Amino acid sequence: MGLRSETAANPSLLARSLLFVTGKGGVGKTTIAAGLALLGSMRGRRVLVCEMDAKGDLAACFETGPTFFEEREILPGLFAMSMDAESSLRQYLSLQLRLPRSAVIGPVARMFDFVASAAPGVREIVSIGKLCWEVRERHYDMVVVDAVATGHIVGQLSAPQTINNLVQVGLVRQQTDWMLDILSDPAVTAVLVVATPEEMPVTETIELVDDLKAKTSAPVGAIVVNRVLPELFGTREEQAFDALSSTQAMEVLADELRGGAEPLLAAARLMVRARRSRASHLERLRSAIAPGGPPGLAPMLYVPYLFLRSYGMRATRQVAAALAAELEI
Amino acid sequence: MTAPSRATLEDLVAAKEIVVVCGPGGVGKTTVAASIGAMAACQQGGRVLVLTVDPARRLAQALGLGGRDGEQGTALAPPRSGSARLRGPRALQVPPSAFEQVGASPRGELWAEMLDTKLGWDNLVSLHAPDPATAKRILENSLYQNISGRFVQSHDYIAVERLYELHSEGAYDLIVVDTPPTRNAVDFLLAPERMADFFASRLLRILTVPYRSRFVDLASRPFYYVADRVLGTQFLEDIAEFFILFQTLSEGFVERAKHVERLLADRRTTFIVVSTLEPVPVREAEAFIRLLPARRLHLGGVVLNRALPSYLTEAAVGQQADWLQSRSAQVAQRLCAPGGPLEACEEALVDRVLGEIAANFSNIAVVAKREAAQRAELSWAHELVSSIPELDEDVHDLAGVLALGRHLWSARAA
Repeated sequence: MGLRSETAANPSLLARSLLFVTGKGGVGKTTIAAGLALLGSMRGRRVLVCEMDAKGDLAACFETGPTFFEEREILPGLFAMSMDAESSLRQYLSLQLRLPRSAVIGPVARMFDFVASAAPGVREIVSIGKLCWEVRERHYDMVVVDAVATGHIVGQLSAPQTINNLVQVGLVRQQTDWMLDILSDPAVTAVLVVATPEEMPVTETIELVDDLKAKTSAPVGAIVVNRVLPELFGTREEQAFDALSSTQAMEVLADELRGGAEPLLAAARLMVRARRSRASHLERLRSAIAPGGPPGLAPMLYVPYLFLRSYGMRATRQVAAALAAELEI
Repeated sequence: MTAPSRATLEDLVAAKEIVVVCGPGGVGKTTVAASIGAMAACQQGGRVLVLTVDPARRLAQALGLGGRDGEQGTALAPPRSGSARLRGPRALQVPPSAFEQVGASPRGELWAEMLDTKLGWDNLVSLHAPDPATAKRILENSLYQNISGRFVQSHDYIAVERLYELHSEGAYDLIVVDTPPTRNAVDFLLAPERMADFFASRLLRILTVPYRSRFVDLASRPFYYVADRVLGTQFLEDIAEFFILFQTLSEGFVERAKHVERLLADRRTTFIVVSTLEPVPVREAEAFIRLLPARRLHLGGVVLNRALPSYLTEAAVGQQADWLQSRSAQVAQRLCAPGGPLEACEEALVDRVLGEIAANFSNIAVVAKREAAQRAELSWAHELVSSIPELDEDVHDLAGVLALGRHLWSARAA
């Protein structure tokens, strides 16, 4: 499932500069973001990967120490940071107001928490602002954001608009226009929604895609379907498998295996059933996201279930490889 | 009294008035909460409420929340204690006929209520405002509307607040709370404290000093210099006006937050932590579990959702899989031999199928072993650890809710 419809206005995901990776909690969003960032850096791009919720999961994906607001090169060409709205504001102010940092720290720290609680969009705008700024200044070829989960991403991406509506003047207001330009340009920005082929993640993904279209101008770049189970049997294999459950066949197996084969067959049935139930959710997702539309509109990228290692550098590498295969590079 | 090490979830729930179901995102908290509620209503009787936040639609239908009004459930206007001006969110009863259809005969009643954050905030404002006019001004303030509608963390506070309200009304024998999705599971616990801190903050006082007199205060001058440049004077004034209004609520809010905290720590309240056995959720669940005793909150049990069956970790079966992998050709030959049970099947095909069966077992076994290790790590935390098997289907009807509940109910210490 590649992105054959690439155009100058709608380039391949890896050619874009700002990639937001979101998804329902527990679907593996951080691992996908890490894999994408790793892939970018393996393809020679200078990459910044940023964790928005500061839980430390991103660092675990790279087997590296904790990440901070100041980015750190964790692999050649791959920089990591964790977002901190207050530090972001401080950096911004010292650049914009040309104030010495010491003059800004005390009052700003105190002000910030407060105003941010009161005025929605403020915390978000300084976080998003930092990311957009890195893109605008071309410090990196590609900024990958391990963004907040489905419930919060729309608030974050629509922050510039929220601020526009609330704040009439001031520095923050002056900044929203260029941010909106970056965030709504499909040549620059893409939102990737990660889902597993299960009921709630699929439902939330469909709702999120609608919501993103309705409330933000951010382009949905792809749906990443994570933890796709392997298909054990084709139709003919499945007939043979069913035949194995007969008493006679079970007797042969028990004799060969020196013990009942029931657990082995049960494990296979477990997988077949799980795959089948997931297939139906996948179908629901597919028909909701791209109902016969042109490929590339919101392409679906498939990442297999990783049996051996589900997180850590090994898993990140495997996800990067799977994404590379999906993106046909 | 049953000794704690032999306690089941059933015993635990019987002894409590509030069960808070919490844990990392995506682990099935809503389903577990619904199951606990349904089982309690069926077997222990009384009036049981499941307070939930945005459950999956089909599950909502199973609980009578999803249908058109009056179709699935009967609306209940919960009794209100002396505050007639409050608009109440509506709890719906899961009709007894729905239980009968799945062969259950509940001794009690199961009610469900969906948390409405916006309404929760509005009610709080109406409750604590000194007079209706102030309440109206706050409710109409654009900043307030943004806070109540979008403020990311406001879910948490409203959930505990609503819990407090429901509990103090005394309309239910048991309240099961499905905690809202938060960035971190602990956010839910910290919500009342944060609310109290918010009102106690020095900055709230600075901001609410009438605008002109601020410039007299040397200490706050740098603050205003920066704030004016960043946000603009007009916006700051809007904020100040809002906070001046909002501060009139302060006393009531702080008092209330204290009550809410006390209720969470009450002996009648227990916390059930839900997690899957994947490494990342387990880490988050573990952190949450560690936090509970520090805050004097009662950990009732740990529910491990979507656990793989235990036969997958048996060494003997693993050896069978290895053996089948290496001898699949011979086994296929024997099965497909004339007169053999699979003589109608192509031998190469059967060989392939057997190879897949063996490889699949080894694949899942690795996951199951990893799960077993994660499980051992969580088990230190509490005697009552209960697992729910990986189900083929998502739970989406009352039958599923009850089936899952039966698993939970009789689970004993691992």
